[in-house]
Amino acid sequence: MMNDPVGRPQDVTDLPPEAGGSFERSLPGVQEPDSSGMSASDLPDLSGPLTPSGNLRRRQLVSRLFEAAQTASALLAVAVLGLVIYSVTARAASVLSLSFLTHDPPLVSGESGGGIAPAILGTIVIVALATVIAMPIGVLSALYLTEFASPWTARAFRLVLDLLNGLPTIVVGLFVFGLLVVGHHQSGFAASVALAIIMLPLIARATQETLLLVPAGMREAADALGVSRWRTVRGVVLPAARGGILTATVLSVARAAGETAPLIFLSSIYGNTISLNPFSGALPNIPVYIFTSSEAAEANGFARAWGAAFVLLAFILFANIVSRTLSRRSALSR
Amino acid sequence: MRPPDSGDLPDDGASSVRRRVRIHAAPLAHQATQPAANGRAVDAAPLVGPGGAIERRASTQGREAIFDVKDVSIFYGSSEAVSGINMQIHRNLVTAIIGPSGCGKTTFLRSLNRMNDSVPSFRIDGRILYHGHDIYGSEVDRVEVRRRIGMVFQRPNPFPKSIYDNIAWAPRNLKMKDGLDERVERALRSAALWDEVKDRLNQSALGLSGGQQQRLCIARAIAIEPDVLLLDEPASALDPVATASIEELMQTLKNRYTIVIVTHNMQQAARVAERTAFFSLDVSAGKRSGVLVEYDDTEVMFTQPADRRTSDYVTGRFG
Repeated sequence: MMNDPVGRPQDVTDLPPEAGGSFERSLPGVQEPDSSGMSASDLPDLSGPLTPSGNLRRRQLVSRLFEAAQTASALLAVAVLGLVIYSVTARAASVLSLSFLTHDPPLVSGESGGGIAPAILGTIVIVALATVIAMPIGVLSALYLTEFASPWTARAFRLVLDLLNGLPTIVVGLFVFGLLVVGHHQSGFAASVALAIIMLPLIARATQETLLLVPAGMREAADALGVSRWRTVRGVVLPAARGGILTATVLSVARAAGETAPLIFLSSIYGNTISLNPFSGALPNIPVYIFTSSEAAEANGFARAWGAAFVLLAFILFANIVSRTLSRRSALSR
Repeated sequence: MRPPDSGDLPDDGASSVRRRVRIHAAPLAHQATQPAANGRAVDAAPLVGPGGAIERRASTQGREAIFDVKDVSIFYGSSEAVSGINMQIHRNLVTAIIGPSGCGKTTFLRSLNRMNDSVPSFRIDGRILYHGHDIYGSEVDRVEVRRRIGMVFQRPNPFPKSIYDNIAWAPRNLKMKDGLDERVERALRSAALWDEVKDRLNQSALGLSGGQQQRLCIARAIAIEPDVLLLDEPASALDPVATASIEELMQTLKNRYTIVIVTHNMQQAARVAERTAFFSLDVSAGKRSGVLVEYDDTEVMFTQPADRRTSDYVTGRFG
């Protein structure tokens, strides 16, 4: 089997074109009907007992092998998540407590105790602001794509959104750095803008997929009632897609909350205390906190980094579960 | 998504309000349609005579022709779906369109209220006059067309809203908010659904049975008091009992509305329609397009059709 496709073209190119290359090539073709004719006589007696015959045993074996390989791969994927959750939880256990969530970190990072309250609140502010920026733009552009754009424009826009989605986040960070930080200062707002750029294609594409799920019959029904297109969209299409839009938003929030690369440029030089104004300067945040305290080569810092990682992980898992619940409750899945 | 000819049409969006009433000679362009005291929102605009059509049957005697279809051909891209249709549709009658699958019945029906406009390659030749106004005239707004010519589709398509909101949604958007509760009740009563749903108006319409959903869709269509109801095989997805209730409903609805129904069920046409049009597929000259073979009183169509193809179809020899 391996020889055939590799060997045959070589044979043909070796031969001069007029020296019977086509004749050589036609030989296997002549043999093929022969061999299939042979297999016809190999057919089992169809009136015999219904036990495996022919190559059925071999096919069953191959089938079982692949089934096992697939099951093992699936288990491995689940196991990776399990291991990550286990190791983060085990290492974070020593610092986890209510005060870890509500206190400032110690002034000297080598000290034990203290918490990550500023980082938690900062991340909440940054991500919330990013959502406020990205969600309306994402939803409206998805509406434009599905409800109003011509098919050609829609295709072009989808491609652009996919490219935006594939943009390395560090490039997004650099871009916003050049735009908002150079000549000014780091700020939570700059971080929000970068996260919004990352969230935008996620929200827009997922919303678009949801809008496409709204049955065409529903739009037709609304159109046939003499109601203008925007009212149809607002009154029928959007409510029907609400669950999917919320799901998309929550998922993109989960994605953005853990984004680290842009924040290192945009919101990494901050104090030790709670600060909530995204415009006044850099905001403490969980991803950068994990990064810096794990760099600090300090046992207590390590422990708090694991604790922060646990908080982030728990939030992301929670957000995913929420989004699942939302999508199950959406009107379309009924 | 806009049809190629939409460039010169007024937008169907918010701008409609601003651009209202420019062309007094084209009543299908935006007009404030206020419900009149007698409940008819859309009264017949000044009508044009039937245009010299031959009135040879009693059922159409003295009846105004609501639609006058003149030499209409419909194309999707380069293929002709329907060609050379001429027919008149008369007020307060049920007109059935029957014919085998793929003969353009639905395409033709949907072109009567411009539902095909959203099909990118759609094109129409000829004229469809509605009360004497060209449905596809350059100043005509398709939202206004559909506001007067309602449609019920093959599959029940209620909105994922409550029963009440399904009915009330369009009137709310069309500024018919006065007496909304009464309007909803009237529509549901007209669609013979009131008694079944009056105690659960706030429950989701998706919980209704298929037949109830379809009657809800009819109620939704008549809640805005249109002039014409187009029904596209409204009972094809329903069981016989639900079908019977829809057919019964049509007999009462025709007193107020002009009804055009597409059906592939000949018995249904025979039961509900005064007039029947038989469409068939013309495969001559290398094309496949729907043509109107014969159009007459239903009784004549089923007992002494003039065309051989009609008699073959109604006697079940093909289709």
